[in-house]
Amino acid sequence: MTQLAAHPRTVELPKSDVKRTTGKLVMWALVAIALMLSWEGADMRPMALYNDAANMASFIDGFFPPDFYDWPTVAREMVITLQIAIWGTALSILCSIPFGILSSENMVPWWVWQPVRRLMDAFRAINEIVFAMLFVVAVGLGPFAGVLALWIHTTGVLAKLFSEAVEAIDPHPVEGIKSTGADKIQQIIFGVIPQVMPLWISYSLYRFESNVRSATVLGIVGAGGIGMILWEQIRGFNYAGTAATMIVIVVSVTLIDIVSQRLRKMVT
Amino acid sequence: MAAISVNGLTKTFGKSNKALNGVDFEIGHGEMVALIGASGSGKSTLIRLIAGLIEADRKSGPCCIDVLGQTVQSGGRVDRAASRVRPDIGVIFQQFNLVDRLSVLSNVMVGTLGRISRWRGYFGIFTRAERLMAMQALDRVGIAPTARQRASTLSGGQQQRAAIARALVQQSKVMLADEPIASLDPASSKRVMETLKTINEEDGITVVVSLHQVDYAVRYCPRTIALRDGQKIYDGPSSALTPEFLHELYGSSSDELILGSATSVSGAGKTRDRDDDHEAARAARPPARTPELAVATA
Repeated sequence: MTQLAAHPRTVELPKSDVKRTTGKLVMWALVAIALMLSWEGADMRPMALYNDAANMASFIDGFFPPDFYDWPTVAREMVITLQIAIWGTALSILCSIPFGILSSENMVPWWVWQPVRRLMDAFRAINEIVFAMLFVVAVGLGPFAGVLALWIHTTGVLAKLFSEAVEAIDPHPVEGIKSTGADKIQQIIFGVIPQVMPLWISYSLYRFESNVRSATVLGIVGAGGIGMILWEQIRGFNYAGTAATMIVIVVSVTLIDIVSQRLRKMVT
Repeated sequence: MAAISVNGLTKTFGKSNKALNGVDFEIGHGEMVALIGASGSGKSTLIRLIAGLIEADRKSGPCCIDVLGQTVQSGGRVDRAASRVRPDIGVIFQQFNLVDRLSVLSNVMVGTLGRISRWRGYFGIFTRAERLMAMQALDRVGIAPTARQRASTLSGGQQQRAAIARALVQQSKVMLADEPIASLDPASSKRVMETLKTINEEDGITVVVSLHQVDYAVRYCPRTIALRDGQKIYDGPSSALTPEFLHELYGSSSDELILGSATSVSGAGKTRDRDDDHEAARAARPPARTPELAVATA
């Protein structure tokens, strides 16, 4: 018998809440149904992993040992990948500042934020790779197409994140600045931006990390960077070379993530 | 020409929540006027209307607010020229409304925005003279040494004085203070009220300060306008506001206005709703601890 010595009364457990229990059951049932309905469409063949195990083993075997035969090219292309990410992110930060403010409900009337937000949705909905393919046609093969692709897609993402930060500000300081006779843009510069700055910096760094990852595949469609090498190696069944390139990507992306995370912790 | 004139001012929130109902008064140049009333009586709304931060009711007839002879709003619309008169109206808020992450000096420099050229404002380019003026203003309110600190590092009382410095740099001729001391401790409240009094007396700036404690009104403001449920119920010398008279004006809710006043305890002679818990706690404490409590509240 477990009982608190000093407490004389026995206390019953609270009655279980029928509504919440059925709610939970329904939720799990829905998840199960969604999984079952998607089985066919997703071509789920778990047995293939077992039946083709020997094939896979020899395939994986091809990756070892990684062959760094052309490491200067790989390194050069990795640097270009970073440079694509840097410019793509920088341009999108610049554009996301006005677009972010123009899609904030507390800054502009609905007939401004509605269309701006829909435009940002469109930017965001289409993957970088799709934009890259389009820009390769427009400006030719090479990293510039990749920069443009990252720019458009990331603007869509960052503008949304920026506007969420703006919508969460404390309105009082802005009112204080308004009361001095400052105009709307001055109210934003002195009242809004200082408040959202830490979040904006953090989001921008985070997007830079993601853009480095995205930039590694842009080369597959001819938009510059290390993806091009990767694509050629895979197509040429050069798996040892592929392994080497992948190691370079993993190491660089990890390093960037670590540095950027440190920086993000510093600002917030 | 009056410094502030308000005519037939009505403001409704939502459908039928009348925050102000047909208020009019005039305030002369260089006056220091207290605006008293319980919470919800319309003080803040009135101040924000005068500052042109919110709009009065649209179809409220010939309602009109003039400050320094310029129309701030009429017929429920903030006048186009209001942006020109706004620099002349300094507003001080209960929550200070400073930008936490900017330095105290930057917060005060904001006061110049209404007067300098638009583009200089956008890029935050301030002249040496403007910076010196801001430092002088900070020195005047007694917090010059904090100029380089972030506003968030200041105490409440210091933040409120920084806000006053901002209004000074604004070179406003009218200063509206919305519950400037409601979130401050008694010592800071006193400093802030004294700062307001000084700039009223030395610079001849018209000051309107809303308060919910009458004793501050009596001590610092010669004239008081009292509001109840959105209507003006008294306008005259503050010295006439005895606890008995307040009780006559406000009924049982007068206690809220004289909390913290030494005279109220004997004068009002009523149970004080908001203080009940406090009183009960005091009664429940062992007697030995009472002197300590008295020291803490003194």
